[in-house]
Amino acid sequence: MTAILEVKNLSKSFGGIKAVQDVSFDLMEGELLALIGPNGAGKSTCFNMLMGQLPPNSGSILFDGKELVGLPTRKIWQYGVGRTFQITATYPTMTVIENVQTALLSFHQRSFNFFSRAKTSYLDEAAELLSLVGMADQADRPAAVLAYGDLKRLELAIALSNAPRLLLMDEPTAGMAPSERIELMALAGRIVEERGLSILFTEHDMDVVFAHSHRIMVLNRGELIASGSVEEIRANPRVQEVYLGGGSVFADEGAS
Amino acid sequence: MGVLVAELLAGLANAAALFLVASGLSLIFGVTRIVNFAHGSFYMLGAFIGYSAMQVLPGAIGFWAATLVAAVAVGLIGVIVEFLVLRQVYKAPELFQLVATFGVILVIQDLALLVWGPEDLLGPRAPGLKGVVHILGEPVPSYDLALIGITPFVLLVLWYLISRTRVGILVRAATQDREMVGALGVNQAWLFTGVFFLGSLLAGLGGALQLPKGGADLLMDFNILASVFVVVVIGGMGSIPGAFIAAVLISVLNVFGVKFIPQSTLVLMFIVMAVVLLIRPYGLLGREEAPGEHGQVGDPEQPISPLQSTGKLVVAGILVVLALFPIFDSPFLLVLMTDVIIVSLFAVSLHFMLSLGGLVSFGHAAFFGGGAYAAALLVHYVDTPMSLALLMAPLLAGFLALIIGWFCIRLTGVYFAMLTLAFAQLVWSVVFQWGEVTGGDDGIVNIWPAAWASSTTVYYYLTLVIGVGGIILMRHVAHSPFGYSVRASRDSILRAEATGINTKRIQWVTIAFAGAMAGLAGGLFVFSKGSVFPTELEIAKSFDALIMVFLGGVKTLSGPIVGASSLTIVQDFLSRFEYWRLALGLLIILIVILAPEGLVGSARKLGNRIGLGRSEGPGT
Repeated sequence: MTAILEVKNLSKSFGGIKAVQDVSFDLMEGELLALIGPNGAGKSTCFNMLMGQLPPNSGSILFDGKELVGLPTRKIWQYGVGRTFQITATYPTMTVIENVQTALLSFHQRSFNFFSRAKTSYLDEAAELLSLVGMADQADRPAAVLAYGDLKRLELAIALSNAPRLLLMDEPTAGMAPSERIELMALAGRIVEERGLSILFTEHDMDVVFAHSHRIMVLNRGELIASGSVEEIRANPRVQEVYLGGGSVFADEGAS
Repeated sequence: MGVLVAELLAGLANAAALFLVASGLSLIFGVTRIVNFAHGSFYMLGAFIGYSAMQVLPGAIGFWAATLVAAVAVGLIGVIVEFLVLRQVYKAPELFQLVATFGVILVIQDLALLVWGPEDLLGPRAPGLKGVVHILGEPVPSYDLALIGITPFVLLVLWYLISRTRVGILVRAATQDREMVGALGVNQAWLFTGVFFLGSLLAGLGGALQLPKGGADLLMDFNILASVFVVVVIGGMGSIPGAFIAAVLISVLNVFGVKFIPQSTLVLMFIVMAVVLLIRPYGLLGREEAPGEHGQVGDPEQPISPLQSTGKLVVAGILVVLALFPIFDSPFLLVLMTDVIIVSLFAVSLHFMLSLGGLVSFGHAAFFGGGAYAAALLVHYVDTPMSLALLMAPLLAGFLALIIGWFCIRLTGVYFAMLTLAFAQLVWSVVFQWGEVTGGDDGIVNIWPAAWASSTTVYYYLTLVIGVGGIILMRHVAHSPFGYSVRASRDSILRAEATGINTKRIQWVTIAFAGAMAGLAGGLFVFSKGSVFPTELEIAKSFDALIMVFLGGVKTLSGPIVGASSLTIVQDFLSRFEYWRLALGLLIILIVILAPEGLVGSARKLGNRIGLGRSEGPGT
């Protein structure tokens, strides 16, 4: 297996706060990798750097051998990286299918086309993506009236519209009902298998993480403290300490 | 050396009124997030009330007492305006607030006309300060020295009030987070009213204080507005020390400009502003404005879609009716309808960038007037045929929009709006002051259509074809891939960028396209009137377009056409009466409060309520 994403020594600080320190990891092709950690661990900062929304202070991000650091978000997307957000970002004044069509038009480099009819462009592709995420029956509803779980699924369809090889999902199930969570992650797992893409996701719900990820990384105070299979992470004393508290976290800090 | 010092002192004295008005505006914006366009009107009222009070109160004590009376009176008028009008629109987007305060401008204009008459009033000179003082051999009016002393004093008082008192703490807290202040048990309504009182008082004080230098007239409100906005934008919206620095900077610059490059005084101010904003986009002492501060009124916007067959039939029907108008054989009607089509095109072009693009421009007249002047200059100087001039008008206006847009897309929200307004004023001042080329105030006349189109009927048909063609083109583009990208960039920059859309470039092209279409309207306008004057570039022209878009309904595609038609016809009707501004202003305020969704939006809502149309269905 080859690595699709190679992150080396990634660091970011805001003023005196080291949000992400020296994080390095590889993501293999076809892997569903979870990035977990308590609030403020630096997960979202990490994500924002991967997708070009935040410039890192140092480090390198290789996607398929190409350096992503310094590129704007839209270039990274054109290379084949899709993203969903912690708080869904969709176009509320458009219908569900128009949301997907807009992304498809951009993927086919037609965003500046003044003359063709957008309504009938890439209808089949859009419909296919919507049925993949189970939203086909809601294609013509305005996105503004969708339930939150449906918005998350719509966002997934949008993120898949550039046929990405890597999908970044920031808390994909936040704000969803438990049954919806399992459904969405099962869907993500299916997409990984069917399309051969890789997913990096952050998540707070440990049931979701342990049930669906192939591998787990744990971030705490900006540093990667563990990485391994579900069983390894479950048994890791440092991870237990971070999540359950062992007192030694604070002792460590006092010593350093 | 002495001359320079004298000029410097004159500049500092002129800064007084500018600073007082600007600090009031900045204060109000900082706390309530309302850009009070009526602030110039408060300044004007301060001058008028001060004048009347000085007639009654005698002597030096009377003069200063009258100044204070005027300030407090204007403060109270501000409270009334806040209470009756602005309370209704605090949560609305900028456009609603702009339209509401514009209504207030119209009402105050006519009330001032009613009370003080149309004559310019010469301000009384301040008793005891009528003479001059010689400084380095140059005469300096002693009243100027008094003003130079008063300005820092007011700044000091404001500084004390804001940084040392409990009220000041609340004001500063509210500037940063209004909701939190509310959650801590502070009565926001009273805080806002109080701030409005203080802000209006400062404007009134400015108006009264400048009486000995400038007097009182009915044009004061708009005359100071542009400078005040420049000052507030340069200083940073919401920053009072910023307003002070910028007021001094602009006034001193103005005085030296008059001395050394008299043709460019107005232009200079806007160039300084452009330079400052390029280096510090949020002004000298301003803070970056968090996006998404302004909520939407009412329901979320409904998805738009191309017209279905019924809709197309309705449009075809309207077009047939429009084509049949000449059979009435009424030149008056044809001229009115030509106007209606031209302003509709203008309004639709603004709607394209404002509503679909989310780019609220307060300076759209720059492109309308720009197109009009482009055509007129081409005809006047190189004898260009009408058809070529009509082609060049949108192209040149679009080019102008590219230049202005390049600066403006760096900013968002209120700052974007302010910058568009300032650039429109820049274009206006270039045209106004560059008399040798543009004719200045006298405009350019004798720009008539080509011989074949010279009859009113033929020109009406020409306008109908080009105007309706332009509107249809814009509607088509709204449904093109570009139109989708435009709406996507408005709805969610985050999502658009994460799906490969270059949102800034989309916005830039949007401004250029809307500007070009406004320029087309301007070109049609010149040949219909046979002349063009700087009024076509004025703030009031930009506001006209905004009001039309608002009146029809921001969130509808047909809104701007309905708004433009109804406003033009209503204006045509009302302007026969002496106090038509009062009526129009009250009408606008009523609509803002009672039907914020505009004519089309309200009609659609009503239709949905009684069961016509589907609530979730595509809008028109």
